[in-house]
Amino acid sequence: MAEIRNYTLNFGPQHPAAHGVLRLVLEMDGEVVVRADPHIGLLHRATEKLAEERTWIQSLPYLDRLDYTSMIINEHPYVMAIERLLGVEVPLRAQYIRVMFDEITRIHNHLLSIGTQALDVGAMTMVLYTFREREDIADILEATTGARMHGAYYRPGGVYRDLPDRMPRYEVNKFKNAETVRQLNEARSGSLLDFIEDFTNRFPIYCDEYETLLTDNRIWKQRLVGIGVVSPERALQLGFSGPMLRGSGIEWDLRRKQPYEVYDRLEFDIPVGVEGDCYDRYLVRMEEMRQANRIIKQCIAWLRADSAKGAGPVMTDNHKVAPPSREKMKGNMEELIHHFKLFTEGIHVPAGEVYSSIEHAKGEFGVYLISDGANKPYRFKLRSAAYTHLSAMNEMAKGHMIADAVTIIGTMDIVFGDVDR
Amino acid sequence: MSAKLETLCQSLQNILGERIGTLTTALGEVTLVVSAANYKGVAKTLRDHPDLRFDQLIDLCGVDYSTYGDAAATDTAGSPRYAAVSHLLSVEKNWRLRLRVFATDNDYPMVDTLTDVWNSVNWFEREAFDLFGIMFNGHTDLRRILTDYGFIGHPFRKDFPIFGNVEMCYDPEKKRVIYQPVTIEPRTVTPRIIREENYGGAQGTNHG
Repeated sequence: MAEIRNYTLNFGPQHPAAHGVLRLVLEMDGEVVVRADPHIGLLHRATEKLAEERTWIQSLPYLDRLDYTSMIINEHPYVMAIERLLGVEVPLRAQYIRVMFDEITRIHNHLLSIGTQALDVGAMTMVLYTFREREDIADILEATTGARMHGAYYRPGGVYRDLPDRMPRYEVNKFKNAETVRQLNEARSGSLLDFIEDFTNRFPIYCDEYETLLTDNRIWKQRLVGIGVVSPERALQLGFSGPMLRGSGIEWDLRRKQPYEVYDRLEFDIPVGVEGDCYDRYLVRMEEMRQANRIIKQCIAWLRADSAKGAGPVMTDNHKVAPPSREKMKGNMEELIHHFKLFTEGIHVPAGEVYSSIEHAKGEFGVYLISDGANKPYRFKLRSAAYTHLSAMNEMAKGHMIADAVTIIGTMDIVFGDVDR
Repeated sequence: MSAKLETLCQSLQNILGERIGTLTTALGEVTLVVSAANYKGVAKTLRDHPDLRFDQLIDLCGVDYSTYGDAAATDTAGSPRYAAVSHLLSVEKNWRLRLRVFATDNDYPMVDTLTDVWNSVNWFEREAFDLFGIMFNGHTDLRRILTDYGFIGHPFRKDFPIFGNVEMCYDPEKKRVIYQPVTIEPRTVTPRIIREENYGGAQGTNHG
């Protein structure tokens, strides 16, 4: 009789289903995974150490580059932490704008997550559909922040600037004729808010399209149902958060349980799973997109300039924290000094420590700051959800076939900028 | 201080009693400092006691306090240098706690592992070991996690230069990639400054 022994298989770091640079050392018994040992750190950039060498504002753009599939939501806990240390009040309009963009990025993230997970398990079409909508969201981010990905839009004390009044439009060129351009510009004829509103009206139809493609799809269910089951007790013990925890049936959402910004004024539901398998987590993400769409609609209604309550500043007027307007700076000595001190020396944050966390698209994303009163953080720790989720890889993949390891990586929704920091 | 935090502090005082090093509340967060000897026992109580129920460990990180504050003004020679700070969450009670433990020996910092209390701490402890060199007694798999295979040193310690000690380059003579001492000069664009209180007319922001 032939001798059968376990062998070790190297997966990644350059593998299309590894969602970045994950190196997975798999100990196999035939086609069954006996042990999965993720090797991470191939994208480690020491963001936390770099931030200790830069002023509080200078490190803000690093946050965008952590989870590069849902960019500006990453800045949120960081600015919230600084605001709490400083004791700065954020104008209400800025809070609504932040919440709106948090939810836009949540859709942005889940679209990628579901699209690429489908791609990993063999459904090519899905990613084409989801990236169609990601294009619209990238346009929204570009119109607001000037960058399609790394916005650097939130600032301690508010947001960098108010929403633009005009959405950029397409122009006729040798690739697009007048009729195509007219169709493309239909939704772009008004302000940014009009464009987002148009998007939120279209989006539920798109969600139905995705569900038609996947939810009752026989192959999709065969690949996902009963794979990577995590019981609620284990989910807590393994430190899960976000859709991973809710997929296991625990109704835990920081937006509801420990509300920040204006989430306590908004209406939304928290979807939870029953079985705790990959399919439930997919359903949770799908429903979260619909709920995010609902929140965006409420924010738009509030932010409309013609409603009196929506108007107001988007940045605090405390010039120890936020720069004065350009116009004032040019005409007033004191404002000039503020401007100069702010951009050379930076903000001085009182000594203390604070942990601030938000419900990120992937789970709980937290920032732990220790300040010793200087113009730079003393210690800056990022707590990313994907890091904890990936650490449960061994437990989730054990006993499954090798093809299911790919499904499990997909359901964790890991992004290596976030895991390796 | 909100009523909820007061309840939490009261329960902590009743349950832990003398095992509490210090218990402070600032900016709406409760911080508990315990000694390294009591660390693991306290963690178990925090998880299991029906009045506390910290069922999740959200985060654990190492901190190097060697240059904290105005290092010249305060003599830090005798005080503990490394700490492991963890953030706990109770999904059932909906409250949070920060737990800090200082390692007693600065040359060989070691604290107990929490892997059998909260399994999620596994990679966080590996990270703290990798970046700060804090040893976790009883951890079964204390390997480096974020730095490169064969990396030397603990990069997040305050005495580790931001540029590192070695750089990688291609050696045309040996026809392979080699490590050599760094060739770039360290420079500081914006110096680190701690201003006295109320500098430039800043309002006091000390609120508890």
